[in-house]
Amino acid sequence: MFHIYCPHCAEYREEEEFHAAGQAHIPRPLDPDACSDKEWGEYMFFRKNPRGIHHELWVHAAGCRKFFNMTRDTQTYEIKEVYKIGEQPSVVAE
Amino acid sequence: MSDLNVMTPAEMAATKAAVMDQVPGSEIQGQSPLHHADLESLAKQGPKQGGIHLREHKLLGHLTLRCNPENADQLAAAERVLGVALPLQPLTSAENGDYSVRWMSPDEWLILVPGLEAFEVESKFRDEMGGHYSLVNSSGGSTVLELSGANVVELLKKCTPVDLHAKQFPVGKVVSTVFSKSTAIIRRTGEQRFELVIRRSFADYIWLWLQDASREFGLVIEA
Repeated sequence: MFHIYCPHCAEYREEEEFHAAGQAHIPRPLDPDACSDKEWGEYMFFRKNPRGIHHELWVHAAGCRKFFNMTRDTQTYEIKEVYKIGEQPSVVAE
Repeated sequence: MSDLNVMTPAEMAATKAAVMDQVPGSEIQGQSPLHHADLESLAKQGPKQGGIHLREHKLLGHLTLRCNPENADQLAAAERVLGVALPLQPLTSAENGDYSVRWMSPDEWLILVPGLEAFEVESKFRDEMGGHYSLVNSSGGSTVLELSGANVVELLKKCTPVDLHAKQFPVGKVVSTVFSKSTAIIRRTGEQRFELVIRRSFADYIWLWLQDASREFGLVIEA
């Protein structure tokens, strides 16, 4: 079980209260009509699956119901940091 | 939330059109989600000694307020209506007589008022508050249980993963969390006293769950 720090509630809670919502930092194309099929397809369907540092979107589903980002090591399961939406991660893969 | 939505007084007044008094009058009998459990009879017939005391605070007015915590005008308006400032620190609550306000998320508060006052409080909000905000009367969607007694912390430990130690969970703290297979908004109102706001559709499940979980301590129903 993860013990996750919610940046909005400002305390650690059990993983049970959270849901993972996939990869973080996926900007929607500003002009979808101008996208090629390849660009749109990559935006819609293609996700990273790194071994190591990964930036994920999580939601505190049973708590404050806010989304936030988490940097996590997919190999060791270590949570490197959590940060609010709109902020940039300080821990990034080399 | 942004404050881009700047309405004229006429438009503000028009938002009141959507406000409806959900309780037509005190003479109309309301039924709580635990009506079928008949807690009044159980309180009379049941045991008077036990480690857990359960009381339902039924038919209260539940108002969900969402507004901008950085907008001083909105905060002041809420304070004028409620007589107490919105708690801005995460996981805290505030009380003023029968009114109680819980921090639910950085821009959301759950306000509990006596059931027959919900419409009045809601109308006052519409008069006082400006800008972009939302106030929803969700009274019918949930009910309130009060748990107290010598074993109440032990009981809650079976139900929720939250740390209930007095250092971590002081009086006045409020958390929204997992409760058995459902969810609850738990607030500590005393050293051995907790208040649970539970979903209407889960009320029966939680009532059955609490009876089972408190069997070893003895359950006293109060009404």
